[in-house]
Amino acid sequence: MKQQKACSSVGVASARIVALAEPPPCGHAPVYDLTDMAASSRAAMKSFLRRCGHCWSVTKALPSEKAVLQLNHVIPARWVSSGAVFLQKNLAAAGPEKFTLEFIKKQIEEFNIGQRHLANIMGEDPESFTQEDIDRSIEYLFPSGLFDKRARPVMKHPDLIFPKQRAVQWDQDGRPFHFLFYTGKQSYYSLMHDILGKVLSVERYQDRMRSKDLFTQESKPMSMSGGRWLSKEELEEVLVEPMSDHDHARFLQLMDRLLSLPYCSLEEEFIWRYRKQLAVQSTKELAQPLQLDQEGVAFSSAQGRRKTARATVQVRDISSGTILINGVNYLRYFTSLQDRQELMFPLQFVGRLGRHAVEGTVSGGGHSAQAGALRLAISRALLSFVSESERESMRQAGLLTSDPRIKERKKPGQAGARKKFTWNKR
Amino acid sequence: MRTSTSLPHIAPNQNGDVHTTNAVTERPKKPVQFLIMALHRLSLRLRQTVTQTRALHGSGRGQQLGSAAVEPELPVRSEHAIFRTTEGDPAHHSEQHLGQHYTLPPATVRTLFPQGLPPRFQLQVKTFNECSVMVREPAVEIISHLKRADYSKPAIRYLLYGERGTGKSLSLCHALNYCSNQGWVILHVPDAHLWVKNCSELLPSSFHSSRFDQPIQAVQWLRNFRVTNEHFLSKIKTTRRYVWNKRESTEEGQTLREIVEHGLSRVKNSSDVVGVVLRELRLQAGGPASSAGGPEEEKVEEGQGRFRLAVAVDGTNALWGQTTLKKEDKTPIAPEELTLAYNLKKMLKNDWCGGAIIAALSKTGSLFTPSSAYLPQELLGEEGFVSLEPFLPVPVPVYDEKEFESCYQYYIDRNWLQHEQSRTEEGKKEVIFLSNRNPAVLERLCASL
Repeated sequence: MKQQKACSSVGVASARIVALAEPPPCGHAPVYDLTDMAASSRAAMKSFLRRCGHCWSVTKALPSEKAVLQLNHVIPARWVSSGAVFLQKNLAAAGPEKFTLEFIKKQIEEFNIGQRHLANIMGEDPESFTQEDIDRSIEYLFPSGLFDKRARPVMKHPDLIFPKQRAVQWDQDGRPFHFLFYTGKQSYYSLMHDILGKVLSVERYQDRMRSKDLFTQESKPMSMSGGRWLSKEELEEVLVEPMSDHDHARFLQLMDRLLSLPYCSLEEEFIWRYRKQLAVQSTKELAQPLQLDQEGVAFSSAQGRRKTARATVQVRDISSGTILINGVNYLRYFTSLQDRQELMFPLQFVGRLGRHAVEGTVSGGGHSAQAGALRLAISRALLSFVSESERESMRQAGLLTSDPRIKERKKPGQAGARKKFTWNKR
Repeated sequence: MRTSTSLPHIAPNQNGDVHTTNAVTERPKKPVQFLIMALHRLSLRLRQTVTQTRALHGSGRGQQLGSAAVEPELPVRSEHAIFRTTEGDPAHHSEQHLGQHYTLPPATVRTLFPQGLPPRFQLQVKTFNECSVMVREPAVEIISHLKRADYSKPAIRYLLYGERGTGKSLSLCHALNYCSNQGWVILHVPDAHLWVKNCSELLPSSFHSSRFDQPIQAVQWLRNFRVTNEHFLSKIKTTRRYVWNKRESTEEGQTLREIVEHGLSRVKNSSDVVGVVLRELRLQAGGPASSAGGPEEEKVEEGQGRFRLAVAVDGTNALWGQTTLKKEDKTPIAPEELTLAYNLKKMLKNDWCGGAIIAALSKTGSLFTPSSAYLPQELLGEEGFVSLEPFLPVPVPVYDEKEFESCYQYYIDRNWLQHEQSRTEEGKKEVIFLSNRNPAVLERLCASL
């Protein structure tokens, strides 16, 4: 039966039929199209499949290997990736690969079976075999020394491997389904139509309320302050359609108009489809509980980094303590006042100057980077000693944020990162 | 002048000197003022004890002044006393005065330390228009040793050492002030490092062909020496004849002044003159009388052969190790090949008696030593350590809490700390952290506050 199917899917037209046998596009569920599947590539495929038919033990382990071959589909390059072998030149020239829904279904089926096989190979329970286990097994069974992580063998769910594709947009006679097809941006314009429809309906409702004297300006229960609209790239992904900046700006304009209406909460669900809740900043700083050493003195340790300097610090709760950095008194270690000020700031900020003994190790970087690394480490270690509210104020003072700035690289053809060579007129 | 400084508590009617009278009548008032000011600033924790003890003490002092029988040894019971002491004579400084400032009269500073004070301290003296030195443990320790030492025995070597900026040089000066008040001959080398580097004029010695003279440094030192020991110069006679060149010579029995004058006028011979001065002082320091007399409690009579000698060398470690100076053929010069260093080294040998050798180590300015080095064996090296042994090591620590408090109050009193936060507890804590109670760092830090 499989062979029959393979025979029927010879020409471009018949391939379309295969695709159209699928249920019509609903929402954004991808339906895969075979139209671009070039017939010319099939000869190349055959030779290539013959070559790699015995190259891959994981693929071989899959029971329906033969069926895949007979289907004459392109084996996904990164399915159980053998990297460059799959990417033949003429294949690459054929443009982006497209896959039928049936094919994808099959791949998922095979993935599930393959996953169970892999679990059995590894002697683990197939029911509770997760993606992490798969990654681990693949790394164990096919150790790869390739530098590029993407070039190494992977085994993932087909949904993660095959790109999302657009549904077929025309029927058997070649007439498009959608009335906006010839605009070239049908999903975008249909979205804009939708939004406007919502706006009008909300306004109508508003008028009705006003006529009943029930209108109140304050009725705005929706709290949209925390969110943001989808960015251009995100919207492109949702609509599966390229979009210009101008189009995106108009989308934003219309959405803002909808949001500005007093009764916009009627369309809350719709709005949230195109709006993202900003992740609430974790205001709670995690603090390790205080530890006690042999003498019963409370201490906490933490790490910090800045530029290339790395610091480890142990803060003890001893009032007459000294500050030692790499076994040297800090006054001798940091000769410049600025560095000592840096060191002092976290302690001073929480009002604990002279109440702690600090022992730190720091390596790498220059003196100011080392001081910065120590500052971060000390602030983190101090978290264990201070109250919740003080932690928050420390965070707001920027004591717990590591400085992301690093040295800019030198560019070839110029003297430094930005500095150019002296101009010589020749 | 010397008598007035050594006996500051003579009643005004007994002393004819107007200047001293003023000093005595005014000084005792100060503690009361300072007491009031300091009390406000002292932390709550200390306030009670201070009010109880100091108030009593202050009133008592006022009454005693009226009866003109002030005892300098009156004990100060409070741990955190005010930061100034009226006791101007280092001989009377003891544990009770630790952490307090005493003021040197400007005349003493001019004669005793024409250039001998550390440069930053000189600036401070100029700014505050007074020379106040804190009485600290190392100096008090040395002074107490100096008081008890047996001067018929070879001279004891005291070696001040400590981390950078802890006050070694100033402790040395404090001890020297004691010596000069006791009427000793002062032989002070403010910084020996200057003798082994950056020498603009280096001449082959006329006396010894393998040595080198440094006329500029020698003349400078002779000038300071003349200022410091003005009244000794005419009393000390030479013990032998010195021939400077074919035409010039100094006969036996001439005064030391003539030799010094000769060195100042004949720059070429100045290095040898320094050698001669050092030799004469070394030979005559113990003196026949003093070696027979043993330790004397009364002041030494200033006669020939009856003086005591204080040799104070700052930056002693320069005399061993390497120098930056080069000969004609670019080979480095060892310190022994420099006339000045050679003669100074002879002074540091304890083969003479009737005096004391107070030496201080100094990392600042020293050559070819790691910056973290401060211990004697690190700075002196093997050779120097052996040749200086046996010595009495005197460690100079950073300020303790009391000394810091005293210094801080002194700066506030002098209006040196202008920042509005400097009078708060938080400000003080900040200063403590940033300076780690290191005197030099504290001074630099406070200069901008």
